Amino acid sequence: MSLTIENLHASVDGNEILKGLNLEIPAGEVHAIMGPNGSGKSTLSKIIAGHDDYEVSEGRVLLDGVDIAKLAVDERSRAGIFLAFQYPAEVPGVSNANFLRAALQARLPEGEEIDAVAFYKDMYAKMDELEMNRKFTSRSVNEGFSGGEKKRNEILQMIMLDPRYCLLDETDSGLDIDALKVVANGVNSMRSENRGFLVITHYQRLLDYIKPDYVHVMADGQIVKSGGAELALQLEESGYDFLKTA
Amino acid sequence: MNSETATVKQVAFEKDDVGNFSFPESHKFDAGYGLTKDTVDYISKVKDEPAWVNEFRHKALKTFESKPMPTNWATRDLENIDFDAIRYYLSDGAKPKRSWDEVPPEVLETFDRLGVPEQERAFLAGVEAQYDSEAAYSNVKEALADEGVIFVTCSEGLKEHEEIFRPWFGKVIPTGDNKFSALNSAVMSGGSFIYIPPGVKVKHPLQAYFRINSENFGQFERTLIIADEGSEVMYMEGCTAPKFETATLHSAVVELVAMKGAKIQYVTVQNWSSNVFNLVTKRGLAHEDAEIRWIDCNIGSRLTMKYPGVVMKGERARGEVISIALANDGQHQDTGAKMIHAANNTTSNVISKSISVGEGRSTYRGQVHIPKHLKGCKNNTECDALLISTNSRTDTYPAISVKGNQHVTQHEASVSQVSEEMLFYMQQRGLSETQAMSLAVNGFINDLVEEFPMEYSVELKRLIDLEMEGSVG
Repeated sequence: MSLTIENLHASVDGNEILKGLNLEIPAGEVHAIMGPNGSGKSTLSKIIAGHDDYEVSEGRVLLDGVDIAKLAVDERSRAGIFLAFQYPAEVPGVSNANFLRAALQARLPEGEEIDAVAFYKDMYAKMDELEMNRKFTSRSVNEGFSGGEKKRNEILQMIMLDPRYCLLDETDSGLDIDALKVVANGVNSMRSENRGFLVITHYQRLLDYIKPDYVHVMADGQIVKSGGAELALQLEESGYDFLKTA
Repeated sequence: MNSETATVKQVAFEKDDVGNFSFPESHKFDAGYGLTKDTVDYISKVKDEPAWVNEFRHKALKTFESKPMPTNWATRDLENIDFDAIRYYLSDGAKPKRSWDEVPPEVLETFDRLGVPEQERAFLAGVEAQYDSEAAYSNVKEALADEGVIFVTCSEGLKEHEEIFRPWFGKVIPTGDNKFSALNSAVMSGGSFIYIPPGVKVKHPLQAYFRINSENFGQFERTLIIADEGSEVMYMEGCTAPKFETATLHSAVVELVAMKGAKIQYVTVQNWSSNVFNLVTKRGLAHEDAEIRWIDCNIGSRLTMKYPGVVMKGERARGEVISIALANDGQHQDTGAKMIHAANNTTSNVISKSISVGEGRSTYRGQVHIPKHLKGCKNNTECDALLISTNSRTDTYPAISVKGNQHVTQHEASVSQVSEEMLFYMQQRGLSETQAMSLAVNGFINDLVEEFPMEYSVELKRLIDLEMEGSVG
């Protein structure tokens, strides 16, 4: 069981952004990707999610051994891929509760209705864990949210949708230390042998709270270096200068 | 012209396609195709109308014939209406029914298709269902009748309640207001007459479902609602039309009169098939301290032209139009509001949201009139448009004429699109493109949907989901 990326080449408007990227995230493991700005980190997460701005010219993404090239964005989601966005979109007029409910409903077979009472009970419990105010459920999705609220909301959705593989794109950006801890606790509570994580971050800070099993360095559309959690600390100290000489 | 013809036609009943179904036609009375003096006399004769009504119709016919199409400002599509290819009156001749047991099963089927819940039907204060041009069912609960509330067909109103009906009939919207109000006045049939006595507050909404069910049949309801001093009433009108290949014409006239301190809310949800011309004149007259609210949702039709209005005649009168319009491929929603301030300290509010899907087009036309000699008038106008595709179109023509400097007016307009970013986000959570689009559209109009009664807001959401199906990709 794993999310496997094999020799992935992808481009947008004719510019190649991923240039033969290989990465395997077995269920049960947390992999972190670090790298300088413009290295293609965020693009990687969007391509795995199926964003159609990007053209995959070579290579493939396998979800538990199955090539997902032909699956649309929503099909990939329902197959178990979750992307926590760096900049989550606002959906005016749609309450958080209704949005989550629609997302869960979309996972049920035709004709089956979600149990509203159980849904609210479950959602409230998860919100308590993330220290979220109950009033939040009736607010429009991400509209007028602070950076911290948006990120908590991403984690709440992730917990509720119970995905197989979680991609976290710069989840630490815009968070103060207290919010960071809450968000990290949410992620840690989801760690299990059945679930894999890909944590994309610019800073070591997040990895103090979400301990990765492996750290990869991405540069110019490829993984250029891999190691254990200690690699992140090393990068924090010496930066990405080694890339220039490598 | 046939005086009595019976045509029977079976149109396939497609189970899973809401809005695209029909029932066998069987009409005892049929005025035939085209519009002449004979048509008017035929209608008067069948309906056994008093002479004054027949005269009213003939005058209106002349006015209709003398008025040009308003294509100097409206769409030229109006020129495609072939008045000779329309049947102006059809009826099965049955007297309005008084109990559900007597209602023909196919009409009950229509109610089922429209999703009126069983318990709700009983709960509703009075139900009048229009099957083609005459009421197939009309019922006023005893409790309401005891309070003196009159809820009957318009034909019954002008005959049985002339003393209340006649002084206001055609006064809010004169025959010559526009070409289509004249047409309606010439061939009107169906519609409701409602009178609420002073101080009576009708708890439950009065409800009528309208349908067009005969090919090439123009439907010309005429509704007059009079709320006497200090009374309150909500009227709900819903329309769903079956699909036919040739154009049908719907041209209603609705007049509201709110006496001192009275409140009238008129709620409409329309879902016409995309070959219907829906050219409606709706206006209310609000006396001192009275309030008139038009809550209006227009979905479907080839062309809808509708600008509900309120004339605020008495001091502190209030007028409001809340409207939602959705134009899909080949459809043009030309809607808006008219707010005529005719007394001091009157207040009006217009909130309009339109959605254009595919090659659909929506137009907002607003008129706010505050003359110089008045003081303390307020108007707020907000119109927001949502475009779903790059081919969609929206236009806004607000005409706000405010004279004098002792008034407060505010106007806001916006045009937005469902962004790629928003769609990607929603799809990443597992919603299909159609579901995501539906949700975004429902979100856009959510604050207005809350203004509709509960049962309508559910139906509205369902209608929008249906409209969004197949509109993306």
